[in-house]
Amino acid sequence: MNLITVSGPPSSGKTSVILKTIESLKKRGLSVAVAKFDCLYTDDDVLYKNAGVPVKKGLSGALCPDHYFVSNVEEVTQWGYKSGVDVLISESAGLCNRCSPYIKGIKAICVIDNLSGINTPKKIGPMLKSADIVVITKGDIVSQAEREVFASRVNSVNPKATIMHINGLTGQGSFELSTLIYDEKDNIDTLKGKELRFPMPSALCSYCLGETRIGESYQMGNIRKINLED
Amino acid sequence: MLINLKTIPNLIIEDLLLEYPFLDSFFSNNNIVYQGNEGKSLADYFDDLGQEHREDMAIDPDLFYQQLVEFVKQMISFLGKDNEIVESITILPGNDKSGIAEGFTKLEIKKGQIISIVGPTGSGKSRLLGDIEWVAQADTPTNRRILINNDKPDPKWRFSTSDKLVAQLSQNMNFVMDLSVYQFVELHAESRLVENREEVIANIIKKANDLAGEKFSPHTPITSLSGGQSRALMIADTAILSKSPIILIDEIENAGIDRKRALNLLLSENKIVLMATHDPILALMADKRIVIKNGGISKVIETTIEERQILSTLEELDKKILSYRRKLRSGERLLEEESIH
Repeated sequence: MNLITVSGPPSSGKTSVILKTIESLKKRGLSVAVAKFDCLYTDDDVLYKNAGVPVKKGLSGALCPDHYFVSNVEEVTQWGYKSGVDVLISESAGLCNRCSPYIKGIKAICVIDNLSGINTPKKIGPMLKSADIVVITKGDIVSQAEREVFASRVNSVNPKATIMHINGLTGQGSFELSTLIYDEKDNIDTLKGKELRFPMPSALCSYCLGETRIGESYQMGNIRKINLED
Repeated sequence: MLINLKTIPNLIIEDLLLEYPFLDSFFSNNNIVYQGNEGKSLADYFDDLGQEHREDMAIDPDLFYQQLVEFVKQMISFLGKDNEIVESITILPGNDKSGIAEGFTKLEIKKGQIISIVGPTGSGKSRLLGDIEWVAQADTPTNRRILINNDKPDPKWRFSTSDKLVAQLSQNMNFVMDLSVYQFVELHAESRLVENREEVIANIIKKANDLAGEKFSPHTPITSLSGGQSRALMIADTAILSKSPIILIDEIENAGIDRKRALNLLLSENKIVLMATHDPILALMADKRIVIKNGGISKVIETTIEERQILSTLEELDKKILSYRRKLRSGERLLEEESIH
């Protein structure tokens, strides 16, 4: 089975890009399943179901979504492997711009959109910088100049990535993406022992453990203070 | 200066910047604040940041070295190369959605030519554009093949960020940045590493004003331009600053912009222009038109002399409508007998 991790800021167009790409994969006779990770709510699983794609969804709720992803990705891989699909795609929203769900040796795709502003590539950390393929969406509604500037900024934070433009509405570009993500020789049956490409930020303070009161005496563990001096 | 993964950690930041000035923006885009540490090597700079700070900033020196080496390589080839000039593209037929062979044998489009694309919405215009952009080699659903300069194309056209084959101008495009016209064009020029920047920017703004019905100044915020002014600026900017040899236009609305001049501007910059349109004036302005049906090209029609005469009639009508529009806007009455000037 091929495993592909797709991630990107909320509402950047991940689901549309994946759905259009699956259409092209299916035409080649490949079967695809999706594991959708989100934080509080998603109904994207319905979109996948309607498209006839087997889907599992995981909501992290009160837990850090990216930590939740890593703690579940092996189980999800087993689910995909046992269902016998050719390709399993995991989809997760990068919520804090510092985390990234990418795994060494597993293809990583980051989806970001032209509308998010030209400084966005600078603000997103490892999720963008360590991706193999960067998909830029919503190019149909901004000017050619903005598209070029945005792509060149992405290139300067991740020159090694393949940068693709995809229109999530018409699917333009998704066929091309589908030709880059499947590799017959890849066969993932477990992720045990594999490593994340980038360590997730450490965060264990009293608020992680449910503290709600404000003030220094309630703060314990990993605490840092903002520098307010001139 | 030898730059590779072995040498890079020990190179001094100052020396790197001296040799490759473009690294200044690379450092800034990657949040590397080197100011005050110019005399250090990269390895020392990262060491002095400390483990905790590096983790905070999500900086991984090894990954950074790899990216930097790759970036320098790309920029050197971008700056130094004699770009392969695209003189023509050729479309070789494949099949439509039902697998039936397309209705033409070979279509060569040379620079300075306009080809229009007609056909109902959803008939396969975006697939055609997709095929050109991806320089399809019988490896897309239509099985078309695209040649550049009558030859099998260099694979770089598929993946390069700085050398994209196709630039697109479409109907529902907007400016989303909060900048003045000048700052906006400047930003684009910067990303293209243009040398005589001031001159190029002034030229773009002048050309855009030539196309637009109503003038705008370099200080106007781009988000407050009218529809016609926006289109004029987009076209002038794309014609002059975009490196892509092929421009794909999805309709040019007939308001606030001189469409004929806009197309002439693109042609004078030696572009290949493909234009999807439902407007008879635009469709007939082209040298040839591609008719798309059921996902395939069903015909390629050359514009006849008779059609060119019809075009002149349509253009006269168009002028008349525009002059009426102008008069109504300025509060005048329209007169039946009036000549159109």
